[in-house]
Amino acid sequence: MSEILKVEELNVHYGAIHAVKGISITVNEGKIVTLIGANGAGKSSTLGAIIGLVRSKKGKIIYDGKEIIHMRADAIVKSGIALAPEGRRIFPNLTVEENLRMGAYFRKDEKGIKRDLDWVLDLFPRLGERLKQMGGTLSGGEQQMLAISRALMSDPKILMMDEPSLGLAPLLVKEVFDVIKKIKQEGKTVLLVEQNAAAALAIADYGYVLETGKIVLEGKGKKLLESDDVRQAYLGVTV
Amino acid sequence: MSASNLIQDLINGILLGGLYALIAVGYTMVYGILRLINFAHGDILMMGVYFAFYFISAFTMPWWLGFIVGIVGAGALGFMVERVAYRPLRNAPRISSLITAIGMSFFLESLAVVVFGGIPKSFNLYPKFFSRILIIGHTRIQVLTFFILGVTLLLMLALVWLLYKTKIGIAMRAISVDIPTTSLMGANVDNIISLTFIIGSMLAATSGIMWAMRYPQVQPYMGFVPGLKAFIAAVIGGIGSVPGALVGGFLLGMVEILIVGLFPNLAGYRDAFAYVILIVLLMFRPSGIFKVYSEQKV
Repeated sequence: MSEILKVEELNVHYGAIHAVKGISITVNEGKIVTLIGANGAGKSSTLGAIIGLVRSKKGKIIYDGKEIIHMRADAIVKSGIALAPEGRRIFPNLTVEENLRMGAYFRKDEKGIKRDLDWVLDLFPRLGERLKQMGGTLSGGEQQMLAISRALMSDPKILMMDEPSLGLAPLLVKEVFDVIKKIKQEGKTVLLVEQNAAAALAIADYGYVLETGKIVLEGKGKKLLESDDVRQAYLGVTV
Repeated sequence: MSASNLIQDLINGILLGGLYALIAVGYTMVYGILRLINFAHGDILMMGVYFAFYFISAFTMPWWLGFIVGIVGAGALGFMVERVAYRPLRNAPRISSLITAIGMSFFLESLAVVVFGGIPKSFNLYPKFFSRILIIGHTRIQVLTFFILGVTLLLMLALVWLLYKTKIGIAMRAISVDIPTTSLMGANVDNIISLTFIIGSMLAATSGIMWAMRYPQVQPYMGFVPGLKAFIAAVIGGIGSVPGALVGGFLLGMVEILIVGLFPNLAGYRDAFAYVILIVLLMFRPSGIFKVYSEQKV
């Protein structure tokens, strides 16, 4: 079991706001790792820092043995990390097909692109029916499927997802989490940020609990699910 | 007004509209991505015409090669303007880039006065057969008209093909709604923005050179009025939308020519029509003709 991503003592500042205060996380290859916590805990900032969208940061981010904290987002994506961002952020003025082609923008291996396209359309058959439709006309659930598929089109080693279940109907939430398990079965590593702690911990191999920019608890997914602290704070169970 | 006059006016309207449209595309593409009105756009056009003028007259290049070199030169200038003036301000407040754009416009105009001189120069640098007049029925049409219409149409088709059928075109449309997410696709955002400036500047210079062929003169402020009109055309079409800029350009050119054709007494107010149309449009449909997806808010 090898470490594919290691974050050490990460700090993120937005002006006067200290959003991430010295977080360290380890992601092992082929696993699902989740960061859970309330709004403003620093989950999205952590993902933004890893992918290179957040610039004012300190610490170490080691991916595949290399320091990537000073790299630009496009270079990090090319090296094998993809992000399905918060709020989906699909391109509303492009068709579903064009959105997916954008996901594979930097790739030259036409055969591999075709294979991944078939794969994501197999994961989300509904997108296949809407290939020529504008992204902006999709429902919220379909947009989430498109955001995940678009991220997968870069053939990443690590897929990071920021709140994929946000605003989805319960049935769709289940569908999305089933797909995350399938993505893991393909050998990809998943770093999942969620407010839906129960669903995230149920599929995660390892989890971190964030509170106001710090890690307050970590452990195997099932263990955290059973821990009293997590049950009380995030699952609404009175102990 | 006779039928042949009407046909003549329609042709002239399409011609002028096409020239506006080619310039308007540059405004709208840059605005779509950076929310910046590139006031230097008309001056890059002027520089392109001067480049062509000097390459033909001073370096004795054949006219067509001089035109191409001028157009490429304008593209390079557009690239440099973005690199030097706008890129450092990309994350600055929008008013800073706006003021910089106005400053860049003044700079290029003044530079042209200093380097090329303020006196207008004659631009009769193309072969005589362009000046020949064909008589079709009762309508008299210059060969130059066909040349300009052909080039305009060809460039527009090429642009639409680029934007809708190529990977870089998809990226240019993607970046116009969401810059950070485009970088999440592994695309180099700076390169795409540079390319947008280069294409916009080259289209404007092409329009400027054809403008100078039709009204055969080149002078340091020649980019101002066409630039302003093309900007209005872009707003009419829905700024940020390329199809909008094309439609807006043709509409504006057509209206200008037809109003003068139908009411010759108003010819002196020709330039005012563009502003009247703009004001009326802003009152009733401020977003322009075409819908543009605005940036998603986080």
